Amino acid sequence: MSGSATLADKESVLREMPSHPAVAAITAVLPEALADAKWDRSEMTLTIAPEHIVRAGQIVQQAGYNFLEDVTAVDWFPSEPRFQVSYHIVSHKLKERIRLRVLLEEEMPVVDTITGVWPSADYYEREVFDLFGIRFGGHPNMRRIMMPDDWEGHPLRKDYPVEGYR
Amino acid sequence: MPQTTETLPGQPILSAPVAEGSSDQTMVINMGPQHPSTHGVLRLVLEIDGEIVIRLYPEIGYLHTGIEKTCEAKFYQQVVPMTDRIDYLSPMHNNLCYCLAVEKLLELPIPEKAQWMRVLLSELTRLNSHLVWLGTHAMDIGALTVFLYTFREREDILRIFEHVAGQRMMTSYFRIGGLSMEAPLDFFDRVRKFIKTFPEKIDEYSNLLTGNPIFTGRLQNVGHLSAADAIALGVTGPPLRASGVDFDLRRDMPYSGYEKFQFDVPVSQRCDVWGRYLVRLEEMRQSVRIINQALDGMPEGPIKADAPKIVLPDREKMKTQMESLIHHFKIVTEGFTVPAGEVYQGIESSRGQMGYYVVSDGTPKPYRVHMRNPSFASLQALETMCKGRLLADVVAVIGSIDVVLGEIDR
Repeated sequence: MSGSATLADKESVLREMPSHPAVAAITAVLPEALADAKWDRSEMTLTIAPEHIVRAGQIVQQAGYNFLEDVTAVDWFPSEPRFQVSYHIVSHKLKERIRLRVLLEEEMPVVDTITGVWPSADYYEREVFDLFGIRFGGHPNMRRIMMPDDWEGHPLRKDYPVEGYR
Repeated sequence: MPQTTETLPGQPILSAPVAEGSSDQTMVINMGPQHPSTHGVLRLVLEIDGEIVIRLYPEIGYLHTGIEKTCEAKFYQQVVPMTDRIDYLSPMHNNLCYCLAVEKLLELPIPEKAQWMRVLLSELTRLNSHLVWLGTHAMDIGALTVFLYTFREREDILRIFEHVAGQRMMTSYFRIGGLSMEAPLDFFDRVRKFIKTFPEKIDEYSNLLTGNPIFTGRLQNVGHLSAADAIALGVTGPPLRASGVDFDLRRDMPYSGYEKFQFDVPVSQRCDVWGRYLVRLEEMRQSVRIINQALDGMPEGPIKADAPKIVLPDREKMKTQMESLIHHFKIVTEGFTVPAGEVYQGIESSRGQMGYYVVSDGTPKPYRVHMRNPSFASLQALETMCKGRLLADVVAVIGSIDVVLGEIDR
């Protein structure tokens, strides 16, 4: 482990921390899933290609990251790719947390659900769908959770005003 | 049963609202949103066959106020009062988690005294929250007396909060870079006086409840949740530890100096509502241990980080020194910038693992603040715990996961 130094890209992470359990597991089984990596402020962020997120979830789960803590999104409007979905996963055994993230284009904000890997993603993905309008393919119950069912728009998008009328 | 896939532990049994898939044999009823045992505005749609719960669908969102959206329009320091309002039973945990996240972004070291004060007050907050849980949980079951006792002690804690922070519930006492102000002179004496008698009070509640056959009958072997289900459904905190999973962020991924304290993490293998009751009761005793250690070992020193461009100056300095006045003016009017990046800070709140995910784009306002609140995830396990059991047990199970709706809906 390289202390608190920042490793900004995939090459430096693979060079400096190849034995990190999550990095090692993904590069061993499915190296093409790992689009980017970052070690910043003692947190590991692995950017996963959207089509591989379910498989990547299974791989890190087998590597010991057994507890899905959180799923949320960030809207980087107006830059592209616009949406980032962040998954925070804790290992009870390694006592460590990693972040998987997926970047999605504005035209097709769709990514496969990980409820098959961690059923607890159910509510979190519904929340992301409700507030960001990102769809999760294969989700068992893709409907709004916070806002009324007939609400128009997705409040946490950056082009949705904080106050006043839309 | 429609859309049932029992392939994984903890797979949600119900994937669509009850009314869409109910049969003629059963009845669909609404519980809440105003039902007193739902602890707020939780609406449960239940499908029952006689007294047996067949399916259960929580409808949430009645308290959604868009706090995450509001945070994006505030300066970093202005978000602190918003965090109080998420969970009205543990405001200090929310303050702490947010401040730690922003301090991690800033890579700002915090003086030791501030860390110890934060631990002390976090544990008092845990006592406060567990007291409300115990009182209302027992009241749901029918033991009304305990409620009066626990609220007596809770009042003492709220008075301590008022004494130190100026506010009983919405404290906002933890600030980015330390604490908002020095504790009053007699603060530690008051806490010591309170904590000296508190273990007896826990025994008093225990005497009223633990041996009570009605209470045990309503709690034991009710709301079974296996360890695999608890992990799969995102359950954290006392319900997770009552299912036999020995994991507590305070011990396993310490923050704010928790590694310097000795305490045990209570774990129960019972997997039922009774186990959760025992775990929380023991947690209160462990909190007393931590508070005593914090009182005895409280270090001397500053309570704010040495970062004049981030931390507001003392009132006295601001009135007498030109430089402090400028810093004060700058922080209040244009905030302070935070280096770009994203952090996730997790802490162990009264209800489980709380987490703040803060994304900065290098401006004085957070680009995104997301709260991971334990009740939100724990609510997903409600159906697994209630399915096939009596309708009356639903009340006991809701009490056992200790939901706070403000936290779920945000």
